[in-house]
Amino acid sequence: MGRAARIARRTFLIGSAAVAGGVAFGVWHLHRPAPNPLTAEAGASLNPFVIVDQSGTTIITPRAEMGQGIHTTLAALVAEELDLAWEDVRVLHGPPAQAYYNSALLRGEWRYHPEGLSGWQSALADTLGRVGKVMQLQVTGGSTSTLDGFVRLRMAGAAAREALKAAAAERLGVPVAELATQDGNVIGPDGTVIAYGELAEAAARVDPPAVTLRSPEEWRFLGRSMPRVDMLAKATGTAEYALDVRLPGMRFATVRMNPHLGGEMTGFDPEPALAMPGVERVIDLGTGIAVVARTTWEAMQAAEAVSVEWGPAPYPDTTEDMFDSIAAAFDTRRNSRRRNDGDADAALADAGTVIEAEYRVPFLHHATMEPMGAAALFTGARLELWSGNQAPVLHAEKAAEAVGLDPDRIVLHTPMMGGGFGRRAETDFTVLAARIAAEMPGTPILLTWSREEDFSHGFFRPAAIARMRGTVAEGRVTAFDAKVAAPSVTRQAMQRMSGFAPPGPDQGHVEGLADQPYRFGAYRVEGYLADLAVPVGFWRAVGNSFNGFFHESFVDELAHAAGADPLAFRLAHLDDPAARGVLEAVAEMSGWDGETEAGTGRGVAMTRSFGTPVAQVVEVIDDEGWIRISRAWVACDVGLALDPGIIRQQMEGGLIYGLSAAAMEEITFAGGRVEQKNFPDHDALRITGAPEIAVRILESGQHMGGVGEPATPPAMPALANAVFDLTGERIRELPLSRRLRFVA
Amino acid sequence: MAFTLRVNGQTHTVDLPGDMPLLWVLRDGLNLTGTKYGCGVAACGACTVHVDGAPVQSCQLALADVDGEVTTIEGLGTPEAPAPIQQAWIEHQVAQCGYCQSGQIMAAAALLAETPAPSDAEIEAAMALNLCRCGTYSAIRAAIRAAAARLQEA
Repeated sequence: MGRAARIARRTFLIGSAAVAGGVAFGVWHLHRPAPNPLTAEAGASLNPFVIVDQSGTTIITPRAEMGQGIHTTLAALVAEELDLAWEDVRVLHGPPAQAYYNSALLRGEWRYHPEGLSGWQSALADTLGRVGKVMQLQVTGGSTSTLDGFVRLRMAGAAAREALKAAAAERLGVPVAELATQDGNVIGPDGTVIAYGELAEAAARVDPPAVTLRSPEEWRFLGRSMPRVDMLAKATGTAEYALDVRLPGMRFATVRMNPHLGGEMTGFDPEPALAMPGVERVIDLGTGIAVVARTTWEAMQAAEAVSVEWGPAPYPDTTEDMFDSIAAAFDTRRNSRRRNDGDADAALADAGTVIEAEYRVPFLHHATMEPMGAAALFTGARLELWSGNQAPVLHAEKAAEAVGLDPDRIVLHTPMMGGGFGRRAETDFTVLAARIAAEMPGTPILLTWSREEDFSHGFFRPAAIARMRGTVAEGRVTAFDAKVAAPSVTRQAMQRMSGFAPPGPDQGHVEGLADQPYRFGAYRVEGYLADLAVPVGFWRAVGNSFNGFFHESFVDELAHAAGADPLAFRLAHLDDPAARGVLEAVAEMSGWDGETEAGTGRGVAMTRSFGTPVAQVVEVIDDEGWIRISRAWVACDVGLALDPGIIRQQMEGGLIYGLSAAAMEEITFAGGRVEQKNFPDHDALRITGAPEIAVRILESGQHMGGVGEPATPPAMPALANAVFDLTGERIRELPLSRRLRFVA
Repeated sequence: MAFTLRVNGQTHTVDLPGDMPLLWVLRDGLNLTGTKYGCGVAACGACTVHVDGAPVQSCQLALADVDGEVTTIEGLGTPEAPAPIQQAWIEHQVAQCGYCQSGQIMAAAALLAETPAPSDAEIEAAMALNLCRCGTYSAIRAAIRAAAARLQEA
C-alpha cells in the first residue's frame, strides 16, 4: 500500500463542494503544477464520487456497467472508507454522473427534466460550473476500471468520512479522535448517533482534511463478495437499458443500413413503407434508411418493405478472398517485431526437424444480448441521448458532429448495457439515433436495431492467420517463431475515433503473442497488417483473442513434439511466479496427471492479458459422436482480489465467451454481405452445452490485473487442445464446428 | 383494431395490429419493458412471458392470438416483494449484464410451477432456449436448484 499512497499524494488531492442540503466529495486531479491546486484557476478539476445529503449517501461511479460488476466494486471502494451499511449504498452512473463530464449541464443549461433533478443534482450542476471541468477521455474498457478507481474512490470516501466527523466534533463539542463512524452514522463518545445526512451541510464548510487510507487488514467490504448493487433491478426486470427508455410522445425507429459495409446507397423507394400502418417517416441516411413508426415492430416491418439499391463494399466479396488478402500481408513489409530473444534463424537452421503450422481464425461478432440502439431527443439547440456505451465523451462528440451542434450542447446518459464486449465503444448506433432525432425536432425517438441489422453491421474481431515455426531439443523449445497477419484493429479504431491512424508498430496486433511470460531458446514474434476494409473493432480481449489461440495451440504442438506432458512442458518454460502459480493451481484442481480415459480429452492453456495470467483446463467427452464440453477448471492471479464473487463471474463468463467462439462462432461474407443473420446462424453455448466450472482466484499481490477479458483468450486453445487429446487430430482452424459437432 | 388483454392482473385495451407480436405490445404499447427483445425469431428466450402460467416466447405470439392471462417479469414480483425465484436469483447473484435474465427467470418460474423438484436434465431442457452471452449458466443452475429446494421445504 505504501506505493499506492505515495502515488495518491503526488497525483490527487481531495476536494469538496457544497450542494443543496449537502456536500459532494471528490478528488482533484492536477492537470499542471500549481501553488494552490484547490482553486479552479490553478487548473484543477473536481471528480466528485460521493454526495451526502438529507436523503442519504450516493456514490457516483465514473465507469459504465455492462455486466462486469464494476458499479459494485467501485461502490465498495468508497463505502470501505466511508463506513456505509452496504444495503444503503446507492450508485449512479446515468444522468447525474454525466454531470461531471458534460459542460452544458455544468453551466446549468439542463432544463429538460427539471422535475427529475433532486436538489443536489441541480445545485451540483451550478457548483461544478463554477469550479470548471476538463473533459476527459472517459472509457470503460481494457479491464482497467478497478485499477483506475482503486486510490481515487477510497480517498473520496475517506475524505467524506473525516469531514463528517469534523462536523460532528464541532456539533458535539468533542475532539474528532473520540468519534467513530458506522453504517452511515457518526458515533459520539457517549453513544450519540448522528446520521451523515444531518451533518452534510456542516461538512460542506469543513476544509477537506488530509486522510490516510486504511490498510487491507482493516477492510470489511473489499476482498469480499459483495451483493451486486444492480442485482435486485436485474432480477425484477426494472433495470433500465437504453432500449427501455420511454419518454412522452416517443416514436420508435429502426434502420436498414447498407449491408455492403462502407458502401453507398444509390436509390430507394419509401412508398411501400409509408403506406403501412403506424409508419410516420422514412428518412434518407445516405448509406441507408431509417423508418420511424408508432411501434418498433411496425418500423421493422416497414424497413423491410423499402426497396433499396445498395452500392458495393470496399472489400472483397467473399471470406475466401478476404483470407487471401490477409495471407498476402505476409509478403508485405513487416509492421512489427515486438519480440526477438536469441537467434531464431540460427536455431531453426540448426535443428533437424522444424515444426511448422498455419492457424486461421474467423471474423467474430460481439452478439450482445441487447441489440444496438439508443434514444434521442433533439430540440434544435441541444441533443439529449440515452445510449449504453463504453466511451461517453467520444459518443457525445460524434453525435454532436453528426447533427451540427457543439459537443457542449449534448447531454449523454449511459444506462445499463445489455452486454458490451467492446462493441459499444463504437459510436455508430449513437450517431444514427442522433441523426434520426435531428430529423424530428421535439420528438423523442428510440432507435432499435433488428437482430439481423446487428449481426450484419458489426465491428468484428478480425480474421487472422498465424504462421508458426518451432524446434524442440531435450524437452525444451529451442526456437519459437511466430508471424501473424490480420487487419489492424488499432489503426481502424483510431481512424474512426480521431481521423488519424498512427503509423509504426501496432502493439495490439501482437498482444498475446509477443508479451507472454514464457522463456524459449529463441523467441521471435512479427506482425503483418492486412489491407482489408472490413470493419474490425475491439472484441473481448482484442488481439489476445486470436494470438492466445495461436500461441497456446503451438506450445501444445511443441510439447507433443517433445514427447512432454503439455502442462509440465509449460511449467518448464516459465519462471514467472504468477504464471506458474495459475498452471499449478489448475493442475491440482483438475487432478491433471496427463492421462485421460477413452472418450475423454483434456486440454490446458495459459495466457496473460491485461496483467492477469489465467490458466484453464478444459475437458471434452465424446457423446455419441457429438463433442460435449463437460468440465472446466480456471485459475487466475489478479494480484489483489477486490471482489471474489465478481471475479468468479468474469472468469466463468470469459471462459464461456471464448469456448462459444472457438466451438461454433464465425462471421463469413458472401457477395460482400455478412452471411449470419440471427442466432440460428450463429449460436453460442447454451446451458445444455456449458461445462461445470471451478474457479480459483490467486492473489500474488504483485500487480492488480483486469478481470473482464483475461479468461477469454485461453479458452479457445484449451478447447482445441482438449479436442486433440480426445481425437488425436490437431485442428488449426476455428471454429471447431467446421470439423466437429458440439453439444450446444 | 382494438384488442383487450389481461396482463399482470390488469385489463388493457390496445389499438394495435392483430399480427403484432405480444413482445412489442408489451414493450411499446404498454411500456412494460422488463420483457426484452433479443432476436425476434424464438432463438434466444429474452422475451419469455407466461400465458396462463405456461412459458411463451412473446416474439412469436400475435396480439390477436393472445388467449389467456399474460404474466411478465413485472407481474412475477417487484423490487419491494420479489418472487421466490427472483430471491433465488438475488441470493445466487446470477445476473451480469442482466438483459436475458427476465426471460431466464420466467422460464425458470414456469419450470418450477410445473415441476417443483426438477432433475438437472429437466432444468437444462427447460432452460435450453434461453441464451446468455455473459455465461451465467452455472449460477442459473444453482439458483433453480436452490429455489426448488426451498419449495420442498415449504
